[in-house]
Amino acid sequence: MAKYILKRFVQVIPTLFFVILTVFLIMKLIPGDPAMVLLGPQARAEDIVRFRQQLGLDKPILVQFVIYLKRVLTGDLGRSLIYRQDVLTLILERLPTTVTLSLSALFIALVIGIPLGIVAAMKHNSFVDLLVTILALIGISIPIFWFGMILIIVFSLKLGWLPAVGLGDISKGLWDVVSHFILPSLALGILSTGTIARFTRSSMLEVLNQDYIRTAYAKGLKKTLILYRHALKNALIPVITVIGLQLGNLLAGAVLTETVFALPGLGKLMVDGIFRRDYMLVQGEVLFTAIVYIFVNLMVDIIYAFINPKIRQLYRSV
Amino acid sequence: MNTLLSVEDLTVEFKVSNGKFKAPDGVSFKILENECVGMVGESGSGKSVTALAIMGLVPKPQGKIVKGRIIFEGKDLLKFNNHPRGTKISMVFQNPLNSLNPNMKIGKQLSEVLEQHYGMSYKEAIGKVTAMMKQLGIPEPEEMIERYPFEYSGGMRQRAMIAMAMLCHPKLLIADEPTTALDVTIQAQIIQLFKKLKLESKTSIFFISHDLSVVSQIADRVIVMYAGKICEISKTEEIFEKPLHPYTAGLISSIPDMKERKTKLRSIEGSVPSLIDPPAGCRFHPRCSQKMPLCMEKEPDDFSVNDRIVKCWLYKGVYQ
Ligand SMILES: Nc1ncnc2c1ncn2[C@@H]1O[C@H](COP(=O)(O)OP(=O)(O)OP(=O)(O)O)[C@@H](O)[C@H]1O
Ligand SMILES: [Mg+2]
Repeated sequence: MAKYILKRFVQVIPTLFFVILTVFLIMKLIPGDPAMVLLGPQARAEDIVRFRQQLGLDKPILVQFVIYLKRVLTGDLGRSLIYRQDVLTLILERLPTTVTLSLSALFIALVIGIPLGIVAAMKHNSFVDLLVTILALIGISIPIFWFGMILIIVFSLKLGWLPAVGLGDISKGLWDVVSHFILPSLALGILSTGTIARFTRSSMLEVLNQDYIRTAYAKGLKKTLILYRHALKNALIPVITVIGLQLGNLLAGAVLTETVFALPGLGKLMVDGIFRRDYMLVQGEVLFTAIVYIFVNLMVDIIYAFINPKIRQLYRSV
Repeated sequence: MNTLLSVEDLTVEFKVSNGKFKAPDGVSFKILENECVGMVGESGSGKSVTALAIMGLVPKPQGKIVKGRIIFEGKDLLKFNNHPRGTKISMVFQNPLNSLNPNMKIGKQLSEVLEQHYGMSYKEAIGKVTAMMKQLGIPEPEEMIERYPFEYSGGMRQRAMIAMAMLCHPKLLIADEPTTALDVTIQAQIIQLFKKLKLESKTSIFFISHDLSVVSQIADRVIVMYAGKICEISKTEEIFEKPLHPYTAGLISSIPDMKERKTKLRSIEGSVPSLIDPPAGCRFHPRCSQKMPLCMEKEPDDFSVNDRIVKCWLYKGVYQ
């Protein structure tokens, strides 16, 4: 198993390289000269030239990339021009908010999505099945910002149950923090809930039609045991892959959610960076998010390998 | 000998997109204690559904038992809500790879039967599991229990399936085409294994195959099915000596025979009729070389000829 993990890590290296290259090139292709933007329209020509030299923007593109690569590899994502701080420091500061938001959204998606999918599959072609299918479709197609606003209007403004915006204050107790995360997590989680419910349903339906389920019945096993031990366990294996992919969607959705709920997370940082043309900040954040995504998928692959006996046995002796 | 299982007028109706049909359609037969009964018939004739009906596992919601009784040890299984599947009646399926859970160790898949029915712990059960595996010719069972189905060869998988079915020493073992998915040499070994089971255990065997030559190697009696109906039930030797039903005769003449070096292999002309809209009268008449006007009008009764049963108008009034 250690060999498998090592192998997967080595495979990640070229991917990382291309991600860094892509991020670099995308930022090059975006119109607008960062030096000009920062110094403002009244800046003198020689100031702009000097500033471009400082940023290394006057060198050949290949040299720029090598310099960039070296910096990235040493953990230097540059300095934010508007915040006048290290980009990595800024990111790490905002990271806990986004991680909390994404994970609680994922938690909601799992806790609601998986049981809904199972029930729908077990009551295949019934009213319940239809209901779940429709709900899942709504969940998948509802826009996050719209749903977020509805949640705010209903639960904060009308009912006054939960706070609408901002982070909580831990000095006011745990509930203050938790309550601030409930609505954003719901808004963000609804999409993944729909996807996971749909996927669990189809995976479960497929498994329930397998010959080995018939064998389990022929063995005279209790129905609950068949459903849990033989059907559900096998049905959830492919769901794990989908969960991994959802984490990517959640990171993307966090941008919208954090904007709607005014949460100071990575998404909000990104939006601010884009609107204010903070070249280094956006570049650093895009790269950081891409790397996180790669490693999340690596983790999912490894977990998948752990529960898949074929891969496990393959690497058992080594 | 005592009757173990008696199937009476069993009829299963399927509703599919383009209509409904019955397979099996009014099937009756008996299996005695310690007896091995074979069932042959072309694909789609209703063999598997008959077996599943006995197991109480007719595929829902498409299929439904609409008529008949299945009496096992004096009780009608269709009315009994405590079906003895897994204990007194067990079943082996055609494709051992698909029929085993791909992500569970073989040892666990076998032991859970004992855990379920006898309340044993895994530790208690696994000893019996390895003993049964050994008995059925799986080498080094202590090691094999730790393996997954994909690590077994096809023949070993089917042995494991049979071991699983035999764990509770069933009164009736149903084997639905247990050799069809295997290659020829392995097929022969599995047939040997069934012969051994027949001699050494007190289990009756209901052995299904579309291949009469396979069935003839182990069955005491053979049931021949055609398009959902039974056309003949006879002792194995007799059926080869003198097949009664023209369909049975056709099946026998289409078996390749190495010793006699038949130059011409005959197959039965025509194809299996649609079950949704079966031919009137005898269902075999469109393909029958001996058909009479009556065959096209009226479905034949079951005629007894000696101990044999044949559903064919040729035997009307023949009581030998
Ligand atoms: N789940 C199902 N849904 C719809 N029709 C079915 C289902 N299972 C079986 N049938 C139909 O019932 C009929 C009898 O099928 P059965 O499986 O008993 O045939 P068989 O004699 O076992 O054939 P084979 O040699 O192919 O196994 C066939 O026409 C088949 O299409
Ligand atoms: Mg079949």
